[in-house]
Amino acid sequence: MEPDPRDDPSESSRRQFLKAVGVAASAGAFLAGCDEATREAFFQKHFKELDKDELAKVIARLEKDYSAKAGKPVTVDTTPAMDGVLFGYALDLSRCIGCRRCVYACVKENNQSRDPQIHWITVLEMKKERGVDIFESDPYYDSKEVPRPGHFYMPVQCQQCQNPPCVKTCPVQATWQEPDGIVVVDYNWCIGCRCCMSACPYGARHFNWADPSVPIDELNPVTHYLGNRPRPRGVVEKCTFCVQRSRHGKYPACVEICPVGARKFGNLLDPASEVREVIGGKRVFILKEELNTRPKFFYFYGV
Amino acid sequence: MTLPRPLLLLVAAIISLSCTPSVSSKPALFPPPEGEGTLVADKAPDAPRADAGGEDFPVPPPPFTEGVFPCSDCHASMETDLTRRELGMHDYIKLEHGPRERWCFDCHNPTDRDKLRLASGALVPFSESYRLCGQCHGDKYRDWRVGVHGKRTGFWNGKKQYLLCAHCHNPHSPHFRPLQPLPPPVAPALIKAKGAE
Repeated sequence: MEPDPRDDPSESSRRQFLKAVGVAASAGAFLAGCDEATREAFFQKHFKELDKDELAKVIARLEKDYSAKAGKPVTVDTTPAMDGVLFGYALDLSRCIGCRRCVYACVKENNQSRDPQIHWITVLEMKKERGVDIFESDPYYDSKEVPRPGHFYMPVQCQQCQNPPCVKTCPVQATWQEPDGIVVVDYNWCIGCRCCMSACPYGARHFNWADPSVPIDELNPVTHYLGNRPRPRGVVEKCTFCVQRSRHGKYPACVEICPVGARKFGNLLDPASEVREVIGGKRVFILKEELNTRPKFFYFYGV
Repeated sequence: MTLPRPLLLLVAAIISLSCTPSVSSKPALFPPPEGEGTLVADKAPDAPRADAGGEDFPVPPPPFTEGVFPCSDCHASMETDLTRRELGMHDYIKLEHGPRERWCFDCHNPTDRDKLRLASGALVPFSESYRLCGQCHGDKYRDWRVGVHGKRTGFWNGKKQYLLCAHCHNPHSPHFRPLQPLPPPVAPALIKAKGAE
């Protein structure tokens, strides 16, 4: 019997050498074939591990890239959480009329893809006689006028859980909870496995199946790294309580647009805030309480 | 569950005590008309006030029908007729607010037409009409002042913009009007079909 050539030590080292050359060549070809920006993006560190200079470099690269594509200056903000702030949200189910103004204000403010369509807010139409019943609800209602008699409306978006299952399930830590309670995604770190989407009990996370399309004239150029900056294909996105607005003291876009004033937003740690007034004085519930996700999004009855 | 009798008596006593009108709350509920001097209790900062005169609520100008304000432009030269009747003017106003007995001068002031009049006789400008509405809708007024009822814009940690009741509710017909909803989301099945074309 012929001796196995693989047993030959010289043969084995030659194979290892060729393998190493191959890997180096393909990596070299990849890196040589793309420009510096792509190379930098490829080797970019996790957002939380970037030091000050690295972060500045990343932001400069992104701003340059987005501005070139948009044909107008686009800013990428990295404002961190304020001290002593834990954001909370309250929504008055007795006021909401299901007009969906919030849905489209959110799309506009946060640069969601128009086609394929992504909505961070889903408004559910429910029957008054059945009460809050997700399985019987209809997100596709298309009546001429709202509210329809005998129905009420329940907008659902990211509940900014204090115990978020989506964060636990992410295999690469591309999503995490910030000190102000907002659950964010680093689109440069997300690998698009969609584990977080299946973990979220509220259907609040959305996947970019194709390159997101946002009309250039409608692109909101005031963006935050962890929020509404343009996303690539293949990443997950979600409501951030308009991090680009709320961290500068402004109300989220959905609060500002609501024609019936059903949406309340503020600091849960401030006893005088609107959300605390609601929690202290109204009948409040959280969605799917039994799952122990501890949402910071409260539904209430203002009547 | 029934409470033992002594405990029941105690609870009843507490309730009746807490319901006894105290001197300090009375003037706040019925503030004297302007110019009649203020009562001492009125100055207590924490006294509950049905009429928050003096508190600062930044509101945009009242939503007048075009050309009607100031009312005195027409009414100054007109004689005041206090009898209830079908009006020859303002026929676009259909009063659907409260009991049938309600009419113009329950809220509008017959002498100075550019002001509204509280039940106490105090006059308030249209820009503070919430004080008028708050006379009957005290619970809503309370919620509105802390930001629970009604829309707030501006800054969650700073300057806020309020709206007058009348910006959302037509004071003559306050029920919120139905709206046409924006389009429903595209069903996932339809998104797929579009990509396959």
